[in-house]
Amino acid sequence: MQAIIEHPWFLPLTVGIVIIALFPLVAAYIVLAERKLLADFQVRLGPMRVGPHGLLQPIADALKLLLKEDVIPAAADRGLFWFAPVISTWTALTAFALLPFTEQLHVVDVNVGLLVIVAMSAVGVLGIIIGGWAANSHYPLLGALRSSAQLVSYEVALGLALICGVMSAGSLSMVEIVQAQLERRVWLAFDNYGLMFIAFIIFLISAIAETNRLPFDLPEAESELVAGFMTEYSGLRWGLYFLAEYASIIVIGGVGVTLFWGGWLRPFPNVSWLEVPLNVVFPLAFFLLAALISFRLSRRLLRFSRWRALLMAATGAALAGVGLLFLLPVAHPTLSALFWFLFKVGLFIYFVIWIRGTFPRFRYDQLMDIGWKYLVPLAMAAVLANALVGMLRAT
Amino acid sequence: MAERTYLGADELILNMGPQHPSTHGVLRVVLKLDGERILRADCVIGYLHRGIEKIAEYRTYQMFAPYVDRMDYVAAVSNGLGYCLAVEKLLGIEAPPRAQVVRVIMTELNRIASHLLWLGTHALDIGAVTPLFYVMREREEILNIFEAYCGARLTTHAFRIGGLQYDVYEGMEQQVKRFCKMFRPKIDEYEELLTENRIWKDRTIGVGVLTAEDCKAYGVTGPLLRAAGVKWDIRKAQPYSGYDRYEFEIPTRPNGDTYDRYLVRIQEMRQSVRIIEQAIEDIPEGPIMAKVGKVIKPPPGEVYVSIEAPKGELGYYIVSDGSTQPYRVRVRPPSFVNLQALDKMARGGLVADIVAIIGSIDIVLGEVDR
Repeated sequence: MQAIIEHPWFLPLTVGIVIIALFPLVAAYIVLAERKLLADFQVRLGPMRVGPHGLLQPIADALKLLLKEDVIPAAADRGLFWFAPVISTWTALTAFALLPFTEQLHVVDVNVGLLVIVAMSAVGVLGIIIGGWAANSHYPLLGALRSSAQLVSYEVALGLALICGVMSAGSLSMVEIVQAQLERRVWLAFDNYGLMFIAFIIFLISAIAETNRLPFDLPEAESELVAGFMTEYSGLRWGLYFLAEYASIIVIGGVGVTLFWGGWLRPFPNVSWLEVPLNVVFPLAFFLLAALISFRLSRRLLRFSRWRALLMAATGAALAGVGLLFLLPVAHPTLSALFWFLFKVGLFIYFVIWIRGTFPRFRYDQLMDIGWKYLVPLAMAAVLANALVGMLRAT
Repeated sequence: MAERTYLGADELILNMGPQHPSTHGVLRVVLKLDGERILRADCVIGYLHRGIEKIAEYRTYQMFAPYVDRMDYVAAVSNGLGYCLAVEKLLGIEAPPRAQVVRVIMTELNRIASHLLWLGTHALDIGAVTPLFYVMREREEILNIFEAYCGARLTTHAFRIGGLQYDVYEGMEQQVKRFCKMFRPKIDEYEELLTENRIWKDRTIGVGVLTAEDCKAYGVTGPLLRAAGVKWDIRKAQPYSGYDRYEFEIPTRPNGDTYDRYLVRIQEMRQSVRIIEQAIEDIPEGPIMAKVGKVIKPPPGEVYVSIEAPKGELGYYIVSDGSTQPYRVRVRPPSFVNLQALDKMARGGLVADIVAIIGSIDIVLGEVDR
C-alpha cells in the first residue's frame, strides 16, 4: 500500500481520474449556479422543480441529454460531425492537466505549462470550426467562421497579456509562476506599480472572448444564428460541446488565477499573522454560513415536502462538514490552498456570469475592431511598459 | 446591386425564419449574403394569415369587434378603439365623455405595455438578456389592470361600439395612479441599463437608417417616422377620443436610426404616463354608452378612421351596404406597412444588424398577416 501511495504516478493518476470523473458533474452544477445567478439578476427564481431549489436539476438535464435521440443531418459529413465535439472536449480536458490546484495537487507540472494550455485552447477552436463545417448548414457555417476569426484575433491579445505575467514571474511552469508570486510578495495583477493591472484587464476581456461568452458569444449568437456552430447538434454530442465550453471557462479562470491572482496562495501570503484568520476562519465561516442558509431553507421546505427538506438539510450538513475539515491540522495546508484556488476561480466564473446578465452582444465587425485596434496595441504597450519597469526594478 | 461581391466569392442565401428566435413570430426573411454583409433582404409573409378582413364580411358589426384584437395582440385595446371609432363614425354617433376618458386611459396603458414588450424583445435580440424580465414585471401590472377591468389580459375586447360595456371598477383610479407613480423610476432603470451603454450604442447608432423622405415614400409611420425627425402623431394631428384635452409632447429625434427609435419609444412611454395621470384625475360622470340599437345597421357609405396605435397609424376602412354586416373591411396595419422598409434599411448591414432592425420596426406578425 505504502509503495502504491509513494509511487510517482500515484498522485497524477488519482488527480486525473478525479477530474475526469467529477468534471461533468461540476460543470452541470456550474450551469445550475449560472441559471440561479442569472435568475437572481433577472427578478425570478430559476430552476425550482427538480429537487429542493433545483438542486437535482443538473442530474435531470444530464439524464435527458443521454436519452435524447442522436440526430445526424443527412447532408452532414458523418465522420467529421462525430469527431468535432471530441476535439473540443479532449483539448479542454487536457488543459486541465496543467492546472495547479495546489503546490502538490496537479496532474503534471511541465516547464512550458502555460504554453501547452494556450496551445490546447487554440486547437480547441478546431473542434468548433470542423463542427460548424461538417453540419453542412448555413447557420453553423457562419458561426464557425465567426468563431475562427474571433478566437484567432483574441488569442493574440490574450497571449500578449500572458507574456506580461510570464515576464514578471520568469517562468512558464504554472507551479513556478505561483511560487514566484510568493517570492515577490505580491499577486502579479498588482505588480509593477499597477502596470500589471492593465495586462490583467486585457486578459479578462480576451478570456471572456476566448470562452465565447456574452458579450462575445458571436459564434453562438442565439438571436442571430439560432445556436451558431451547435445548431445541428443534439443529445450527447451537444452535451460534449457544452462540457467543453464550461471546461474552457474553468481552465481560463484557472490560468487567470494562477498568473494574476496568486494561484493557491491566500491573500497576503507573506503576512504570517493572517494565517489563521484567512486559512481557517474564513473558509470555516464561508461554509458554515452556506450550511446555515441551507438549514433555514430546509426548515421552510418542511411545509411542502419532507424529502425535499431532508435533501436540503443533507446539503447543509455536507457543507458544514466541509467547513469543519478546515479545523483539522493534518489536512489543513493542502485543503486551504485548494479552497483559495477554487474560491478565486469561482469569483472569476461569477464575474463572467454577471457580465452575461448585463451587457448586449457585440457585432462581428466591432468585435474585430476592439480586438485588433484597441486590445492588441494596448497589450503590446503593456508588454513594453512592464518589461521596462521590470528591468529597472531588477537593476 | 453589384453583381460581383467583394472578394468575387459566391453569394450565400440564408433563409431566416419562419422559425427563428428573433423574427418575432413567423416572419421569414430570405437574406442574400456576401459573407456576413447583407446584399438583399426579402420578406416572406403570410404564415399567420387568418383572413380576418374576409371574416368581417360574414359577421355583424358587434360580432367582428373581438376579431380585431387578434391582429396586433400586444396592443389589442388600440385595435379595438380604432374599430369602434370607425363604426361610430359610420353610424354618426360619438361615445359619451366618460367613456372617452376611460378609452384614453386604457389605450395609453396598452401603449406602454406594447412598448415594454418591444423594449424587452429588442434588447434580447441585441443580446441584453436582462431587461426582458424587468419589462415583463411592469407589464404584468398593466395586464392586471386590464384583467380587473374587463376580465381578459391580452385580447381584451375592452370597448364596445358606442362606448363601454363595463364602468370603471372600484379602486381602478388608485391602481392606475399607483402604477404611474411606480413606473416612472422604472423607465430610468431601463435607461440606466441601455441608453448610455457603449455596446448598445455601438449596436444601434447608424444602424437601419431611414430618412424622413424614405419614410414618406414607404408610408412608414409611428415611432420610425418620429425618429426620422417628423413631428407626426395622429393624436395631435387629427385628435380623436378627446386627446386634444391632454398636454403631451411628440418626441422626435433627428437621425432615423435604431438608437433614435429606441429613444423615441422610451420618451413615448413617459408621455403616455403623463396622459394617463391627467386623464385619471378627472373622469367625468355620466353614461358610458351612447344610444346604439341592439342591431347595428349603418347607412350605406364608407368611412376611413385612423388612430395612433403603438406601432404607427392604424386605419380602418369600412364600407357599409346598409345591412347588419360590413360589405368590406380593410385594415391599414402599421406593422405591415413599416415592414416594407426592411430591405431598404438592411442593405449593406451585417447579419447582426437585421436582427436589430427587425426589432426596431416593432412588428407583430398577427397584424402583418391578419
